[in-house]
Amino acid sequence: MLELRDITKRFGAVVANDAVTIRVEPGTIHAIVGENGAGKSTAMRIAYGFYSPDGGEIVVDGEPRRLASPHDAIALGIGMVHQHFMLVEPMTVAENIILGIEPGSRWALDMPGAIARIRALAEQLGMAIDPTARIETLAVGIQQRVELLKALYREARILILDEPTAVLSPQAVGELFAILRQMRAQGKTVVIVTHKLSEVLAISDAVTVMRDGKVVGQRKTAETSAAELARLMVGRDVLLRVEKPPAHPAAPVLAVRGLTLTTAGGARRLDDVGFEVRAGEIVGIAGIEGNGQTELIEALAGLAEDATVAGSVTLLGEEVGRLPVRARRHRGIAHVPEDRHRRGLLLDFDLAENCILGAADRPPVAVGPLRSWLDRVAIRRRGERIVAEHDVRPPVLALKARALSGGNQQKLVMGRELTDGPKLLLVAQPTRGVDIGGIEFIHRRLVEMRDKGCAILLVSSELEEVTALADRLLVIRGGRIVGEVDPRQATTEQIGLLMTGGAAA
Amino acid sequence: MNKVLRELLFPAAAVAAAFVVGGLLVLAVGDRPLLTYELLIGSALTWPDGIGYTLFYATPLIFTGLAVAVAYRCGLLNIGAEGQLYVAAFATAWAGITFANLPALVLVPLCFLAAIVSGGAWGAIPGVLKARFGAHEVITTIMLNFVAVALASYFTQYHYKPPGDPILETVAIGDAARIPRLGRFLPGFPERIPANVAFLVALVACLLVYLFLWRTRFGFEIRATGASPAAAQYGGIATGRQVVLAMAISGALAGMVAINEVLGYRYRYYDGFSAGYGFTGIAVALLGRNHPLGVIVAALLFGALLRGGLFVDIFTEHVSKDLVMVLQGLIILFVAAEAIFRERLRARAPKAT
Repeated sequence: MLELRDITKRFGAVVANDAVTIRVEPGTIHAIVGENGAGKSTAMRIAYGFYSPDGGEIVVDGEPRRLASPHDAIALGIGMVHQHFMLVEPMTVAENIILGIEPGSRWALDMPGAIARIRALAEQLGMAIDPTARIETLAVGIQQRVELLKALYREARILILDEPTAVLSPQAVGELFAILRQMRAQGKTVVIVTHKLSEVLAISDAVTVMRDGKVVGQRKTAETSAAELARLMVGRDVLLRVEKPPAHPAAPVLAVRGLTLTTAGGARRLDDVGFEVRAGEIVGIAGIEGNGQTELIEALAGLAEDATVAGSVTLLGEEVGRLPVRARRHRGIAHVPEDRHRRGLLLDFDLAENCILGAADRPPVAVGPLRSWLDRVAIRRRGERIVAEHDVRPPVLALKARALSGGNQQKLVMGRELTDGPKLLLVAQPTRGVDIGGIEFIHRRLVEMRDKGCAILLVSSELEEVTALADRLLVIRGGRIVGEVDPRQATTEQIGLLMTGGAAA
Repeated sequence: MNKVLRELLFPAAAVAAAFVVGGLLVLAVGDRPLLTYELLIGSALTWPDGIGYTLFYATPLIFTGLAVAVAYRCGLLNIGAEGQLYVAAFATAWAGITFANLPALVLVPLCFLAAIVSGGAWGAIPGVLKARFGAHEVITTIMLNFVAVALASYFTQYHYKPPGDPILETVAIGDAARIPRLGRFLPGFPERIPANVAFLVALVACLLVYLFLWRTRFGFEIRATGASPAAAQYGGIATGRQVVLAMAISGALAGMVAINEVLGYRYRYYDGFSAGYGFTGIAVALLGRNHPLGVIVAALLFGALLRGGLFVDIFTEHVSKDLVMVLQGLIILFVAAEAIFRERLRARAPKAT
């Protein structure tokens, strides 16, 4: 039996887990659900000894335990399969499984013995697997089985799976569930972290719902419904209010038709996506993270270089879907990226230089023959204007972008993208890691831009944020637009169900 | 001003630490450290010979240091400056031989162009390989070094060697291609000292590189690519093109070593003429913080060590001029250690709000 009692964990000022209590009965499959950032993974990492909690205790088989590292967890029979596999790709299945606990004497490795034991373990669970196959030759679903076997080989009785279905095809999900049921039949305990309600209902015996670092409900799966779980998961009744007059949409600015994106690895991330964004409206895209939002924005911005993109993207009637980033920027597409550290900012450059990223190839910044000369006065003026208009603090242009807080970094990015009066603004996760004051400011600016006639496409995994800001709301799941709702009328349950595909009804 | 001081402090500390450890080594082999250093530094600072030779040795290092620095600003490690300068030296000699009849006013610029274009082209190859196929520039530039030296040797041996000459070198370039030594203009500075106009060219190159990197949009795009390729792409910068451009400029700068060696000193291509300038350039760039001004200072320091090393060899009992190599190695070691130190400092620094 595994129990977390009043577990609290802080990262700096962020409380990732706030007095979290989860009771997992032995011999059951227990699901933990919640939106991104709800604290599920943190709780599970604490249970596996990855993090040590700031408060509360972990109870295994009725005894409070201190887990200083995953070694302690393994010794207690707790195993974990991470979302990102921890396998050595050029090595074989058997080699990966025995890594660190090699059987045999000091000098000789008993590989035949290990392979026999692995075969026996796999057979008990009805798994088809070749212990001598190299990891890199195996499909993702099979690699996941290796992770499971790794834990079972270490005699795990309690298995924690972090988002195990995120990387699997529907068939592979079915096979995984069959294996998990087999494990339950053998008396093992399974904890599965997920945000897909259909899976929760299909596999689990009990479910714990988390939101904002707290446990907001614990139910027997048989006694709950997708609708109830969705409300627990996403729905505070009070939505974040944004002062917003009604939109006056004009002509279409962006039209997307049949947009399909396939990664270099062959995974289809966008599937026949089509929609329009008109001048003076905010179109929101709601969805659980990882359902194609990132790819959609990058494809529209021209950044999906390694992927194959099909379909049509027109800006004011002109096809722009094959143009490089710079040409799209020239035509009035601005982009506030979801990852400001990686994409949006040059962290080791000063604020003035960050203010010309994306604008350094044309007047007033670049002047002279071939637009080759940077006009330092123009750069300073531009920087001063952006910093002043967007209240970036401290307003010191010589400062490195790295030295700013997250909220001020985001205001800098926003300011830079808005300052040239874009026709289309692509915004992804605009308030991630931004403090309350910054959030308000950013929301207000977005509405202002809308009212000036800018077409805005907004992606956010914060359901409250998209419903509050968007004039029209599209829901994306598995790379497809699965529905459009009116954000003023739709309930969070409705949207949540569309997002998770939780109910057939 | 504070910032400049801070930039200077760490390299200076690295050099000082290298000298301390080097001194212990001198002690260990049975000589007196202070006397050795007095020889080493004193002989590099005498007028006119010490200073003249220091400038002469520093000149190729300024070029290669700049070459490595420009590539580094684009996030590339150019280990191929050595090959680039060999190709350029041969091409420069070829131009100086083939067009020997042209007047100096035409021939000298032509030879400059040969050095810049051939070095640039050779440098662009690994750039293209990286941008197009993702081949790592460290591997390709190292490999191309061997190809460059072998090619230059081959053409010299079979096509441009004076008949019966036992040394692997080309015939002399035309007199009109020679650039003057500094002694021509400096009173009290004899012309036998090989320091030549190339030193002034190197200073001009530093200024141009500075202006290019920090005042033009091409420089901004190269630096943005080096700082964060993902952010550069987001800003509409074609990062692959920047990689090729940076490598071409880097190769051209390395190629300009030929101006010093071929047009200003030996007046021919000479097999094995480079004392590892391309590789020492990496150390120069590292110590000079990949900044043109820093490169000048670091190149002068390394040039002075090369000059002083000869005297240490002659006038001490046990220490050989290899001490200079040891010191260079130690300096690099301490500069690298400092990078780790600085990284930690930054991790601990509090964020402003």
